[in-house]
Amino acid sequence: MKISFIINGEQKSVEVSDGKSPLLWAIRDGLDLKGTKYGCGMAACGACTLHIDGEAIRSCSYPVEMAEGKIITTIEGLSQDGKLHPVQQAWKEEVVPQCGYCQSGFMMATAALLNEISKPTDQDIDDNIINVCRCATYYRMRKAIHRAAELNSQNS
Amino acid sequence: MAKIKKQNNVKRRQFLKYSGVGIGLMIGGVWLARNPLRRKVFELAETMIAPYQGDTSNPLLWLQVTPDNKIILHSSKVEMGQGSFTSLAQLAAEELEVNMERIKVIHAETGSGNIDGMSTGGSMSIASLWFPLREMAATMREMLRSKAAEKLGLTTDELSLTDGVFSSGTKSMTFGEVVDAVTDWIIPDTPKLKERATHKYIGKAIPRVDLHEKVTGAPIFGIDASYPDMVYASVIRPTMVDATMSNFDFSEAEKMPGVIKIVHEHGFVGVVAKSQVEALSARKKITYDYKTNQKWNLADVQKAVSVGKGKQTIFQKKGKAVEDISDEGESIEMEFRSPIGAHAQLEPNGAVANYRDGKVEIKISTQVPKLTRDEVAKALGLSKDKVNIIPTFLGGGFGRRLHTPNAIQAALMSKAVGKPVKSFFDRIQEFQNDTFRPPSHHIMKAKIAGGKILGIENNIASGDTLFNSALDPGVETVVRADIGSIRGGAIIYDKLPHISTYYHVDLPFATSFWRSLGLLANAFAIESFMDELAIRTQQDPVKLRLDNIDEANPYGARAKRVLEACVKKAGYQDSANNGRAMGLALTIDGGSPCAQVAEVSIEDDEIKVHKVTVAFDCGIAVNPDQVKAQIEGCVCMGISAALYEKMNLKDNKLTPINYGAYRMALMKNVPKEIDIVLIEGADVPGPVGEPPLGPIGAAIGNAVRRLTGQRLTELPMELV
Repeated sequence: MKISFIINGEQKSVEVSDGKSPLLWAIRDGLDLKGTKYGCGMAACGACTLHIDGEAIRSCSYPVEMAEGKIITTIEGLSQDGKLHPVQQAWKEEVVPQCGYCQSGFMMATAALLNEISKPTDQDIDDNIINVCRCATYYRMRKAIHRAAELNSQNS
Repeated sequence: MAKIKKQNNVKRRQFLKYSGVGIGLMIGGVWLARNPLRRKVFELAETMIAPYQGDTSNPLLWLQVTPDNKIILHSSKVEMGQGSFTSLAQLAAEELEVNMERIKVIHAETGSGNIDGMSTGGSMSIASLWFPLREMAATMREMLRSKAAEKLGLTTDELSLTDGVFSSGTKSMTFGEVVDAVTDWIIPDTPKLKERATHKYIGKAIPRVDLHEKVTGAPIFGIDASYPDMVYASVIRPTMVDATMSNFDFSEAEKMPGVIKIVHEHGFVGVVAKSQVEALSARKKITYDYKTNQKWNLADVQKAVSVGKGKQTIFQKKGKAVEDISDEGESIEMEFRSPIGAHAQLEPNGAVANYRDGKVEIKISTQVPKLTRDEVAKALGLSKDKVNIIPTFLGGGFGRRLHTPNAIQAALMSKAVGKPVKSFFDRIQEFQNDTFRPPSHHIMKAKIAGGKILGIENNIASGDTLFNSALDPGVETVVRADIGSIRGGAIIYDKLPHISTYYHVDLPFATSFWRSLGLLANAFAIESFMDELAIRTQQDPVKLRLDNIDEANPYGARAKRVLEACVKKAGYQDSANNGRAMGLALTIDGGSPCAQVAEVSIEDDEIKVHKVTVAFDCGIAVNPDQVKAQIEGCVCMGISAALYEKMNLKDNKLTPINYGAYRMALMKNVPKEIDIVLIEGADVPGPVGEPPLGPIGAAIGNAVRRLTGQRLTELPMELV
């Protein structure tokens, strides 16, 4: 079956044999957008986080057929016009990544959080950023989230 | 690659003499067993220099100059998050006389001939390449200078060098222009290296060289690799321990959409299909029978891993056993345990293999490109030069990728279907088939009298870390004590009489390297016990430690300095205050002493770590910011292991089988303050990525003891 949606600003279609299969694989293998990662397959780690209609979604547990007609953003679409998104910029400034594998998911979760709460407190961060990072880069991530909020407010 | 002509009179340069960096063990006053060979091995382990194991005689293997005047550094050490690509670039830039931006670091393919004979592990990448890489870069610089002089019709003395451009008066030539059309190179004697005081890049907090890729989601990991016309595979992995699978029935799986072939050879079953989803779905339709050999539950494992059982080796002896010390005084005995620990690295294991015309190329996240190449060659009956391993960035290593035989399966399936194959485990398979951190059991004993400690007995029992997975058969017979399991297990307080004994146990599931190996558990037992002895003898825990470290010990003075710096920075107090308390611990791992003070409270019946102060001496910090990043990572990963992580075994099934149920530290569980003091106590860089995991468990436990009176003796720590 064919599923169509807008991803990173472009209209795309993917052909899948099972509409219930995860959106994650359609994006990674069907559209060759590898920034969204497989971690657990049951929405427990957040490595596959992307945005659907502006909301953070764990795509490993999201049936591809539900994406029909939706607007999707992945890490590849977070930066626009060649300019890094404030979250990516903050991540760079704070030198957050170590192995880097989970970082796309964290940045997507953070970007969605900042859309909801423009200046999150530490408590907001603890409550909402619940992905898993095995390198345990949490300490710098917290700084980067605050920094991204600051960059956002400077831009607006 | 250019042909190399060596001067006949140039000897192979020796780097060994420089590498005075101890690894692995810190066995002060090793009790030398009567077996002379064993004594030799322990001596080696104690003072062992771990020289880089590969070709460092030829700079052209490592450093490639491109026509646009960039340098590509082909690293035989892999980047798994530890930041070594950045530090290696710093070492090369320093001696090549180029700006950092000119250097791009990539993974060396085994086919290039630049092969690391060991692995990326033991936190030795920078320490082991500290001299060789700088020497190669300096040598390369002079090779380029000679060629430039030749091409410009000048002498080498007339050329000055700035950022990859030689010049003299109005004449100039870039490195890129120098290498153009050059086929023969002369490798000169190694030039003198720059003095530490003149370093421009070494010692600077330069941002990671892989930042851009990692904030933009670039496809740099093994699981992102691909080939045109690639197909996908899913392999069956055991779901039970000590059991065998048989009577596979493929009939349902074969009917599934997208299935190309079911491969059953070399002791594995794999489904090859047109897509990842189809391979996974079809694999789940295969049925088979299980035959369990022996029944296993966690209690059986804990019973097996017990001090007094298994192969016994005394590895430190300076004094008598506690019961032989004196009839006077009080005997103290405490028992500690650590659980089966999972790696839980985010990128699952897998490989992308392309078999074609009797050759195979494999893109893979691995810490052991050479071992992987050799194993694939053997399994496929190919000569080693027909196998090319192309390492990718690793989505976490932590020791989980120090053996990657999954490359064999991908290669065989690629051969079977005549197409490139991508084969990855799913998360459940990862948890069920991890090479776990072995569980351990510790009995600590001491005799105290009149406020003094008369002697300590340190007993460790552990599952295998290194014997089964890394060493040639035979080594075990000689060494007896698994030097991975006893890592961090030596008493560093040389002035106190002590005996350390190790008991080795083999378990029915794979146990192996987990970041810092035995250090986390051993240091938890020893440093918790030291704190308890301080309390029982009414001594200041700082003074007790300082008084009993012998400065004659090679790391003694540095350890004392680290402890003093940490205590001062933290404002350490040994009594609770306003519902919070501090705990301290000290370890020496791989010659890098680390002290930590953890500040904790109890919130909602759980231990909450508010702040951790760290003092660390790894010698030269090539990149202080990345050293700090490793410390922060070790502290937070250590909190995760010390407070939350454990595997269970029930009816031969290892659980949990996914994140969430396998509880790990999240953002909310790590301290908001990590205060770090770096001390440069040696003139070479030492290990960084693991030593800071040592003190954290005991530091937290000691803080809880001083806050609540409870001595927690089991990892993960839970309040009772």
